[in-house]
Amino acid sequence: MPGHNGRDLRLLQGNECCAEAAILAGCRFFAGYPITPSTEIAELLSEKLPQVGGKFIQMEDEIASMAAVIGASLTGAKSMTATSGPGFSLKQENIGFASFTEVPCVIVNVQRTGPSTGLPTAPAQADLMQARWGTHGDHPIVALYPSTVPEVFDLTIKAFNIAEQLRVPVILLMDEVVGHMREKVAIPHQSEIEIVSRPQPDVPPEEYLPYAAGPDGVPPMAPFGTGYRWHVTGLYHDETGFPTTAAPKVDRLMKRLYSKIESAADEITFTSDEFLDDADTVVVACGITARSARRSVRLAREKGIRAGMVQLKTIWPFPYDLVGDIAGRVDRIIVPEMNMGQLIGEVERAAKGRCEVVGYSRVDGEPIAPAEIVAKIEEV
Amino acid sequence: MAVPIDDYLRTQFMPHIWCPGCGHGIILGAVLRAIGRLDLPKDEVCIVSGIGCASRAPGYLDFNTVHTTHGRALAFATGIKIARPDLHVIVLTGDGDAAAIGGNHLIHAARRNVGLTTVMFNNSIYGMTNGQYSPMTPRGRYASTAPYGNVERNFDMCELVRAAGGNYVARATTAHARQLSNYVENAIQTPGFAFVEAVTQCPTYFGRRNKMGTPVDMIEWFRKNSINAAAAAKLDPADLDGKIIIGEFYRGDAPEYTEVYDEVIERAKEAAAR
Ligand SMILES: Cc1ncc(C[n+]2csc(CCOP(=O)(O)OP(=O)(O)O)c2C)c(N)n1
Repeated sequence: MPGHNGRDLRLLQGNECCAEAAILAGCRFFAGYPITPSTEIAELLSEKLPQVGGKFIQMEDEIASMAAVIGASLTGAKSMTATSGPGFSLKQENIGFASFTEVPCVIVNVQRTGPSTGLPTAPAQADLMQARWGTHGDHPIVALYPSTVPEVFDLTIKAFNIAEQLRVPVILLMDEVVGHMREKVAIPHQSEIEIVSRPQPDVPPEEYLPYAAGPDGVPPMAPFGTGYRWHVTGLYHDETGFPTTAAPKVDRLMKRLYSKIESAADEITFTSDEFLDDADTVVVACGITARSARRSVRLAREKGIRAGMVQLKTIWPFPYDLVGDIAGRVDRIIVPEMNMGQLIGEVERAAKGRCEVVGYSRVDGEPIAPAEIVAKIEEV
Repeated sequence: MAVPIDDYLRTQFMPHIWCPGCGHGIILGAVLRAIGRLDLPKDEVCIVSGIGCASRAPGYLDFNTVHTTHGRALAFATGIKIARPDLHVIVLTGDGDAAAIGGNHLIHAARRNVGLTTVMFNNSIYGMTNGQYSPMTPRGRYASTAPYGNVERNFDMCELVRAAGGNYVARATTAHARQLSNYVENAIQTPGFAFVEAVTQCPTYFGRRNKMGTPVDMIEWFRKNSINAAAAAKLDPADLDGKIIIGEFYRGDAPEYTEVYDEVIERAKEAAAR
C-alpha cells in the first residue's frame, strides 16, 4: 500500500520488519537455526533472500550458523543470523571470533525468559549482560535495542551500517513482544536509505596489511577471492594478520579494538527522551519497558510530578556520559527492567553517586505496565 | 611430475610449530602438490581450519586463509562456499577437530553435499593439548587421559562421511604420500563434499606413549599395517583388526549444494516477478 511521501505503509510484525530491513540494508546471507521467538526472521529471509540473489541456509545448530555468517562475510557479503536465549549462548564463542577478527555481522537476539529453556514464549530483558560479555575475554561489541516496530526497521539498518563501518559484530536485542507485535511502519524506498559498506583497501595486494588501521581504528577489509590474500586467525595477530605473542603488539591490538568503538561512540549512540529539561525524577529504560516508561512519565506529569524519561536505543557501548549528565541534574533515576537488575548496574556506574538510583525488576514473564512505574515514581 | 610448492608457502613464517618427525608436513605437502598439479590460481583457493596442530597449517599457506574456532572449520567453510561458490574451499582439520567437537558439522556438510574438500589429519591423538585420547584413538592405546588404555572404540570416519552423503571418500597414510596427494587432487575435482582421511604420526605424544619408536618406525608401521581396500574386501573382517584400510572408497555424483541453491534463486526470482 503506497503511503505518505511515496513510502510503503505496512502493518508488520517486529520480526518481519527486521527481515525486510535487513534486505534493504544489503543483507545477502543469512544462516540460522529455528528458535522461538525469532523464527519468523529466518522464515521470511528464506523466502526473500533468494529473490534478490542472496543466500539463506538453515544450519545444524547456532554454533554453525554463527560460523557460516562469519565465513560469508569474509567474502564481502553482508551477513546476519537471528536467534533467542539458548541459541545466543551457543553463538558466543564465534561472536568473540568475529569481534576479534573484525568481521562485520549482525546477530539478532529476540530475548525470551531464561535461564535455560525458561519461558520460551514470554518476554524478558535478561540478556543485556550476555550481549556485552557473553563471549570470553575483553572484546568490542555494539548492541542496539528497539522498542517499536518502526524502531526495529531503523535500528536493523543501523546495525548493518555500524557493523560495516566499524567492522564489529552488532547485536540487535529485541523483546519477544516487539518481535511479535504488529505495528504500522513506513518502509522508505531503497534510494532513501543510507547504506554503509566496509572500508576497502586503496593499495595493491602486495602492500595490503589487513589489520593496519587508519585514524578511525578500522582496517580496510578486502573480500576473499579478489586478489588480496590474507590470513584470519583468532590468535593475537599484528598488522599483517599473522599470529604474534609480542606483548606490545598484543596490547596495541586490544586497545585499538576498544578505541575504534569509543571514538565512534557519539555516532552510534541513539537515545530518545521526554520531559528531561525540568525533571527531578528520570526513568531510564530500554526496549518494551521504555514504552511503559514513556507512558508513565506522561501520567506522572498529569499528576503534577516532574518526571522525565530516557530510552536507550544503544545499550553497548553504554552511554555513561549521557546518563552521568542526567544523574548530575536530577534527584532520582528509576530503572525498570524485566530482569533481576542488569541495566541498573551500568546506570549506577554512570551516576557515580550523584543521585539516588532505584531499580524495579519484573521477572514473571510479563511486561512492566506504566502504572507500576508511576507507583515507583510516586514512592518518594 | 615434480610440482614446486614453495610458491604456495609463506616461508617467512617458518620454522613451523610442528614437532620434529610430525607427519602433518607430509600431508600438507601432498595437499600443495595436488593444488599445484591442478594449477589452481592462488586467489581462488581458500583454506579453512579449526584449532589444533593440524589447523595451524593455513598460516603457512599463501591463499585466502582462515584459522577458525575448534571444530567449526566446516561451518565457516560452508558460509564461504555458499557466498562464493567459485572459490576452491579446502578444509584442513585434525581428528579431534573433525571427529569430536566438529563431528556434527562434518555429518551435515557431507549430507548437504556442499562443494568442500576436507582433509582430516588423523594422528589418533589431541596433539595441540599434549596427547589426550581422541575419537580416533584405537581401543587399548594409551593417551594422557587414557593412562590405563583407551576404553572407547575409534571411529571409521570414511564410512561415516560416506553414509552421511559425501561424494568422495578416501584414506591414505603418510607412508603413501603420492597416493594421498592423488586422492586430494581427486577430492578437489569432485563436485560436492569430498573427504580424505590422512593417517599421520604424532611421535611426540601418540608415539612416545605407545612405544612406537622413531617417526620413521611409525611410518614404517603404517606401511606394513596398511591394506588396500580391494584386498581388504577379500579378507575376513577378523583379519583386518588393527589394519589401516586405504584407498578410494566412494565416488558419487549427487548434486552439489550451491548448484541446487542456484536453482532456488531462479525459482525465487520468478516468484517475485509474478
Ligand atoms: C572450544 C575449545 N575446546 C577445547 C580447546 C582445546 N584444544 C585445542 S586443540 C585441541 C585438540 C586438537 O586435536 P586434533 O584436532 O586432533 O588436532 P592435532 O592437534 O592433533 O593436530 C583441543 C582440545 C579449544 N581450543 N577450544
